[in-house]
Amino acid sequence: MTELLQIKAVTKRFGGLVAVNNVSFAVREREILSVIGPNGAGKSTLFKLISSFLNPTSGEVLFRGERISGLAPHIVARKGVVRTFQETTIFKGMTVRDNVIIAHHLRSNASLAGFYLGTNTARRDEDEFGRSADEIIDFLDLGAQRHEIASTLPHGHLRALGIAIGLATNPTVLLLDEPFAGMNHDETVRAVEMVRGVRKRGVTVLLVEHDMPAVMNISDRIVVLNFGVKIAEGTPKEIQENEKVIEAYLGAEDETIGF
Amino acid sequence: MKRTRNIIAVAVFLLVVLVGVPWLIEATGRLDLYYTLTSVALLSIASAGVWVTFYIGRINIGQGAFALMGGYVSAILVVQYGVSFWLTLPLAGLFCAAASVLIGLPILRLRGVYFAMVTLVLTEVARLLALALPITNGAKGMVSIPLPGGISIFGLTILPDFATLANPRPAFYLVSVVLMVLCFAALYRLVHSRIGKLCQSLQQNEELASSIGVNIAYLRVIAYAISSFLGGLGGAMFVAISQSIYPSSFTVTDSVNFMLNCFLGGLGHVFGPMIGTFVLYFGWDFLFETGEFQLLIFSSVLIALMLFLPNGLLSLRLFGKKQG
Repeated sequence: MTELLQIKAVTKRFGGLVAVNNVSFAVREREILSVIGPNGAGKSTLFKLISSFLNPTSGEVLFRGERISGLAPHIVARKGVVRTFQETTIFKGMTVRDNVIIAHHLRSNASLAGFYLGTNTARRDEDEFGRSADEIIDFLDLGAQRHEIASTLPHGHLRALGIAIGLATNPTVLLLDEPFAGMNHDETVRAVEMVRGVRKRGVTVLLVEHDMPAVMNISDRIVVLNFGVKIAEGTPKEIQENEKVIEAYLGAEDETIGF
Repeated sequence: MKRTRNIIAVAVFLLVVLVGVPWLIEATGRLDLYYTLTSVALLSIASAGVWVTFYIGRINIGQGAFALMGGYVSAILVVQYGVSFWLTLPLAGLFCAAASVLIGLPILRLRGVYFAMVTLVLTEVARLLALALPITNGAKGMVSIPLPGGISIFGLTILPDFATLANPRPAFYLVSVVLMVLCFAALYRLVHSRIGKLCQSLQQNEELASSIGVNIAYLRVIAYAISSFLGGLGGAMFVAISQSIYPSSFTVTDSVNFMLNCFLGGLGHVFGPMIGTFVLYFGWDFLFETGEFQLLIFSSVLIALMLFLPNGLLSLRLFGKKQG
């Protein structure tokens, strides 16, 4: 399998604090890879480094062999590496459908001037975006909420909308920031199915997550961070049996690790 | 259905401002209203610019700087280089847009109150520049600027030479209103095209916008350039009417007013600044009778309006629609 994303010896310092320390791993095409770790392990920082919302102090992130570290986030998104956000980052004042339509922006063929003048290309884009948005909305079971203002949606639907926005950009790699956080059991089960569905569409998924049972259930491979250092990498089974991982989580209830 | 209703609304509006108002003014003999309404039209153009920056989520208290800049550009070109005023009008706008790109690149990274503060300072910087630069003639300003000449194409007179008119006021009124209508039409199109949605996405969440591939820095600069273009346009036209410009022609107070016009009219609607300017301007004049209490009453009413109608006067209409 080809390695789509390569994280190469990435380090991020904030003053004296080393949030991510010399972390390397690769994300293979069409896999679901999870990054886990106790609180403060540097997961979120790593996530921002990969999506280029932060620049590494040293090391680099490669996408298809090309360096993406240091590029503006919107350029990284255009290349096909798109992130979703922790919690409920959406366009609150727009309808669900408008949220998804606007997220098609980087697929547009028309220029801004073209959109202003309403050229044929722009009109074709608009039609295409509308169709594609409706398809994604149905795919994520948001059909009934299509015309609701996003800020009025309940938690679970917001998460789905976040993923819909990510999918609308037609990503090669979708980075999901804690997609199961704050969900009850049923919601998590549904969300896991949703993420599987995303992979079925041919999208590679990299997710950062706390929810151990969900991670064990969904991931092809797992990378474990502790205090900014990668301590393990492997299949869910390998991770469950890894001494270092068990040690890192020592003190936590067995159940929360999913053993 | 909605389309025909809109067309009718626009037709009625045009009929009222282009025919109805002049007729009423002539009938009542209150010629001073020409000047008042012309001011409203021009100030609403500059306010519309501020509205655009609101639309990308930035509070702009610096439109006075661009109105002043536009005014000086037009005046200098007319007086010193003999350029036709009608040519200086778009040039003034473009000059302001270009300047705003240079200014905007660094300052548009700021948000909220920080951006607002910097723009507030801009107006003062513009005033001090106008005082200091040799080309602007310092505190004495530029006076006796010739009235706009005529425009004719193939011998057909489109606009008469304003100096030949017995009373240029109605002409200024009509030109200003047409300019206002054009600006708002262009803005309406902008807001209802994809660009409007992109601006909204900036306003609601810049990080998310960036993550879906929107070049936020570029879009912010474009919006600010449009804003400043409108400011320069309004300023240049104003100078043509008053035939003079001083460093104090547009001050911090004007900048604040441009912003208030948007607030008052409603940030959620393109025509908000137009309504806001109209109400604010006439409201202020109306309270003239109250003498020393004018500012006190005026400010209190404004505060009350913002408390009870946080989405501006135009939210009244939307509210009524929802109930009906």
